Amino acid sequence: MMRLVPVALLCSLLVSCADDTPRVSFNNDVRPILNANCVGCHGGVRQAGKLGLIFRENAMGAIVPGKPGASELIHRVRHTDPELRMPYEGVPLSEEEIVTLERWIAQGAEWEEHWAYRAPQVTTPTSPVPEGGNRIDAYVAAAFPSGMSFSPAAPPATLLRRLAFDLTGLPPTPGEVDAWLADPSEEAYAAAVDRYLASPRYGEHRAAGWLDLARYADSRGYERDRPRTIWPYRDWVISAFNEDLPFDRFTVEQLAGDLLPEPTRDQLIATAFHRNTPSNGEGGTDNEEYRVVSILDRVNTTWEVWQGTTMACVQCHSHPYDPIEHAAYYRSYAFFNNTADHDHVWERPTVSIPSAELQRKTDSLKSWVTAYGSAQEAQQWHRFADTREPVIRPYHFADVVGGVFTDRADEDFLVLRNGNSFALPARDLEQTVALHLRGSVHAPATVEVRLDGPDGALLASRVLDGGWDQVTVLPLPEVSGMHRLYLRVEGDGSDKLVSVYSVFPQARLPGAEREGYDRLTAYIVELSRSQDSVAVPVMSENPPELARTTHVFDRGNWLVHGEEVTGGVPAILPPIDTLGDRLTFARWLVSDENPLTARVTVNRIWGELFGRGIVTTPEDFGSQGALPTHPELLDWLAVHFRDELDWSVKDLIRTIVLSRTYRQSSVADARALERDPYNRHLVRGPRARLTAEQLRDQMLAVSGLLSDKMYGPGVMPPQPEGLWDHIPYSDLLWETSEGEDRYRRAVYTYLRRSVLYPGMTTFDGSAREVCLTQRTETNTPLQALATLNDPAFVEGMRKLAGEVLDKTADPTEAIDVLHRRLLFRPVREDERAVLLELHEDALTATDGDREQALFMVVNVLFNLDEFLTKS
Amino acid sequence: MSKLHREYLHRRAALNSRRHFLRNCTLGLGGIALGSLLGCEDTTTPNGSAVLHPSSLPLPRARRVIYLHMAGAPSQLETFEYKPDLQQLHGQDCPPSLLDGKRFAFIQGTPKMLGPQASFRQYGESRAWVSDLLPHFSKVVDEVAFLRAVHTEEFNHAPAQLLMHTGSPRLGRPSMGSWVTYGLGSENKDLPGFIVLSSGGREPSAGKKLWSSGFLPSIEQGVHCRTEGDPILYLGNPEGIGRDLRGRSIEAINQLNRRQYAEVGDPETLTRIKQYEMAFKMQVSVPEVMDISKEPAYIHELYGTEPGRSSFANNCLLARRLAEADVRFIQLYDWGWDMHGTSSEGSLGVGLRDKCREIDRPMSALLLDLKQRGLLQDTLVVWGGEFGRTPMQENRGGTTNPFLGRDHHGEAFTMWMAGGGVRGGASYGVTDAIGYAGVAERTHVHDVQATILHQLGLDHERLTYAFQGRDFRLTDVAGEVVRAIVA
Repeated sequence: MMRLVPVALLCSLLVSCADDTPRVSFNNDVRPILNANCVGCHGGVRQAGKLGLIFRENAMGAIVPGKPGASELIHRVRHTDPELRMPYEGVPLSEEEIVTLERWIAQGAEWEEHWAYRAPQVTTPTSPVPEGGNRIDAYVAAAFPSGMSFSPAAPPATLLRRLAFDLTGLPPTPGEVDAWLADPSEEAYAAAVDRYLASPRYGEHRAAGWLDLARYADSRGYERDRPRTIWPYRDWVISAFNEDLPFDRFTVEQLAGDLLPEPTRDQLIATAFHRNTPSNGEGGTDNEEYRVVSILDRVNTTWEVWQGTTMACVQCHSHPYDPIEHAAYYRSYAFFNNTADHDHVWERPTVSIPSAELQRKTDSLKSWVTAYGSAQEAQQWHRFADTREPVIRPYHFADVVGGVFTDRADEDFLVLRNGNSFALPARDLEQTVALHLRGSVHAPATVEVRLDGPDGALLASRVLDGGWDQVTVLPLPEVSGMHRLYLRVEGDGSDKLVSVYSVFPQARLPGAEREGYDRLTAYIVELSRSQDSVAVPVMSENPPELARTTHVFDRGNWLVHGEEVTGGVPAILPPIDTLGDRLTFARWLVSDENPLTARVTVNRIWGELFGRGIVTTPEDFGSQGALPTHPELLDWLAVHFRDELDWSVKDLIRTIVLSRTYRQSSVADARALERDPYNRHLVRGPRARLTAEQLRDQMLAVSGLLSDKMYGPGVMPPQPEGLWDHIPYSDLLWETSEGEDRYRRAVYTYLRRSVLYPGMTTFDGSAREVCLTQRTETNTPLQALATLNDPAFVEGMRKLAGEVLDKTADPTEAIDVLHRRLLFRPVREDERAVLLELHEDALTATDGDREQALFMVVNVLFNLDEFLTKS
Repeated sequence: MSKLHREYLHRRAALNSRRHFLRNCTLGLGGIALGSLLGCEDTTTPNGSAVLHPSSLPLPRARRVIYLHMAGAPSQLETFEYKPDLQQLHGQDCPPSLLDGKRFAFIQGTPKMLGPQASFRQYGESRAWVSDLLPHFSKVVDEVAFLRAVHTEEFNHAPAQLLMHTGSPRLGRPSMGSWVTYGLGSENKDLPGFIVLSSGGREPSAGKKLWSSGFLPSIEQGVHCRTEGDPILYLGNPEGIGRDLRGRSIEAINQLNRRQYAEVGDPETLTRIKQYEMAFKMQVSVPEVMDISKEPAYIHELYGTEPGRSSFANNCLLARRLAEADVRFIQLYDWGWDMHGTSSEGSLGVGLRDKCREIDRPMSALLLDLKQRGLLQDTLVVWGGEFGRTPMQENRGGTTNPFLGRDHHGEAFTMWMAGGGVRGGASYGVTDAIGYAGVAERTHVHDVQATILHQLGLDHERLTYAFQGRDFRLTDVAGEVVRAIVA
């Protein structure tokens, strides 16, 4: 081996000496050619003719380093016979592309690691920071092709409207605009930025974007599409943004808040992020199958949101385009596979928002165990106090006699009839003081606990409380050693007596010698039995004795198990502790060594502000994704965000919106449009249609209807009659909200997956079924119909028209007032003429109805491109 | 080269750049292809795949699809699958070989075999077997190609319907109609290209997700025309606003928007102007096409329609009107076919007979009516459910159900296609003696989809869309065209 090295060195030296042309970059020049033309057939999965162009070792058959003339790859792309020429049945490569490949092979055909897997590097921009700008502008200016430069700043009113929409999702108020026009200074701009970042509206706006990634909805999806109580998670997101929770903590709390030491209720609610997965309650569906579907979705979503990596590709086979192997998928899966949720109709585990009375008892129990128990005991009792977990579910029961466990949809219970019994896994009875049997009781019945057999010694016996979702507590006498406990039910007839959900083995509470012990023990029973109106689905990790093992699914089929695996990450990324859990994984994502999280996050935020990311495929930083248009800027922003701003999203946004790049005018003349149609070079400001949420919120804001009430269950503003009718097996009704709840911001609108609020679907809102990084913007006649005729919009327009009419009877004056109020600029002569003429015609058509006539003017203004667009 | 084929070639060239394309070149619901012809394709795609060789494209035989989905899944054993041997086994215990390792929605333990609950005869030149529950349909069997051994992995309604219409049993993928309008555009400039009609009192289990555009642009989503209120949301003007005044206001909007375009130069503004013109036209064209009251009496007689009432028959007649108007993908759902035997109306003896009576005359009339207007040759009509039913009597929770009924069953069921280049009178697929499983010429759901796309001139392996970093297609990673039924 040692002897070979100098030879190889010599070869490469010879090549580079012999070839004085500049070095070809694999990442910048070669990989794009291979990806666009070759890897569809010669990739990581499909390797036609045994040639793969993802890993170097799979390519060396067709490539002879240093010898393009002897390389089959060159031979085939140059072939004149279309049957032999590559790409097969495709457009031939250009001469320029072929020469690039030849030079690369001549220079040694070296592979480079994909840019996104290397740590971001800060480089000094080659241009100075321009006047009135910051470091962002230096990077942008450095990348301008010759003849390009910054556009002038946007007109003041346009800029403030842009800023207000980007930071709060709402237009500025007329007062804000007036103040700004009176003093459009640097200081006033910076103050406006600070004011908008401090506004509670900021968190509501940012949450709207994050909820697309979290696939948040107020219902469960699929056939019955039952409601789901998960709005406290939406509220958590809003306040996390408003409080500027650093993005690393924001990450860890959502992915693994339950595993933090003695987590707060907020940290538990944060973990509802991954309980937003749809669940299938249709009769006859296999709950384990849909549990698996949820875990797969959690893996895919996590990799998309934090790593910009298309992990879903690896569910069935190794990655076709990136060096990620099949088993790596299931190593990630292992981190997520051990939560207790099971696609169950009761949505457990949940965290409750209890009454004040119950809250006091919960708190007492928590402080008791923190004071008197070991750290491990405290952690366990905290978990019980918050979530009533961990429990033993029927799939861990043994020796079932007569009972039927279907694991199907809403029949996911062990159904017991007279004389039926089952056993719990063996446990140390020394530490077990009671069993809590949770289930629904259909007919009068008694349950017995017997030792080591269905007919063993009788330890306890209780009459079950009748009803849905009841807990019966069975205190146990003192027994020592490891034993199996058998539960057996007795009753009349042959009908179902009880459907068992779970058994909670109550451990001995520490601190027996302390004052108040009995009171605390009583609390435990009370908490176990309590029924809470608000119970939010959350993550809860199974204890070691109930832990699941993870196998590779052969070809992605969950019914066909391959090798067993433990936690881990793809080899291309920094290593992780393979004995770790979900918390380990979450912390790894935000560790300094991870090359992707900061880049992916700053890119997504950049994309939200500019309409396109520095990497235009924010969901894919892999080799099939786009290359960054400004790699130095991306890396600087990522490192700056992580190391200097300490993951503060507000500070990141402040940095961006204070740049000159952001403040440019978005006007594009024909020549600029031709030179750079997509604004790749950032030579002008952003322009985009407002989002579904912004359109509704703007309408409410400008007409004075908007309520600033925050938080709480989803609201139901007016929508067309009958949209929720005819859903099978569902009695859920759209009950139109009263009072100010009719006029809340769109982020609070009840989101039912099967029938979205029409304004959301029409304007490209996400259906919230899977993670969505970027909405596709469309422009359709259905959108025109909505803003012209939707009664909710019409209500706002009529209110505004009525208000203006109250103040002035002069149509010219009314038009001037309305135009300024909606578009923040004085109406021009010719525009006024168009509107006046319409007003005139409307008066004629409505027999002089001045309200209708002014309403028509407002209707037109609400449908102007300028009003519907952020410019 | 046919117009459709030429259009397809142009569109295919633009597929990779759809996102840009939709932003900058759409001229209306049907204008995508037109935009392409005008040279709006983006030539700067970074990840574009190779342009196709024209020779590798299938020739289109159908211009549009009418898809009749019987939601809840009709029994093949009481309609088109004649299985006299099953009668012999009636009442006997189901053998373990049919149960071991199988997953059922409700059957538990050992159910009994259940003989056919209808009588069968052969009809037409093709000698196709049809049960006495479908007397009208028995007269048109020579127009129809049967797929007798269709199979699916899914055994619950919502996932199976999603698989049938989106290619995946999970939520989130675009539906077939969306893929088709995405691939071909619409030929009608005044109507949406993908229209959905439902009957039976409820929507199918998977609901609106069955016509969702998934990750495709939302312009491709199916428009569910309602039978009460405005057929399309927000079609009606605000109170007191007449058509003339609406026309004037749209003129004013567009006038001001043109000024805006001159100033700012965003091509999106031009698109918006076109969309407002289109919306104005739709306010008339949609109610017009949805009004069947002016159809002559003999047509109402043929279909068994009653204007003003929501029914499968009315929807069949509407389907023909939409086909005449060149709507690309017309999807009908009829709810109520889930005959488990848990109640009388949910049984083979009563419920299934009623449902068959409801569809028999109108669906036969649809074929005859399309044919007499010369539309059947380029309209592909598809009929089927999301899966089939077991040859066993359902025993929910281990106890035989009170009425005659069958559980969900995905291993073999019947679908048929007619028109649109399909060989009438053909039969493909053979099931075993009791109709439990296919034994030859099996057709997977993805094969059905590949065949439908093929008839439209679309190659299911090449109609792709990049999302979440990879290319998706309707048929996932499978699907083969069933050439045996193609004329």
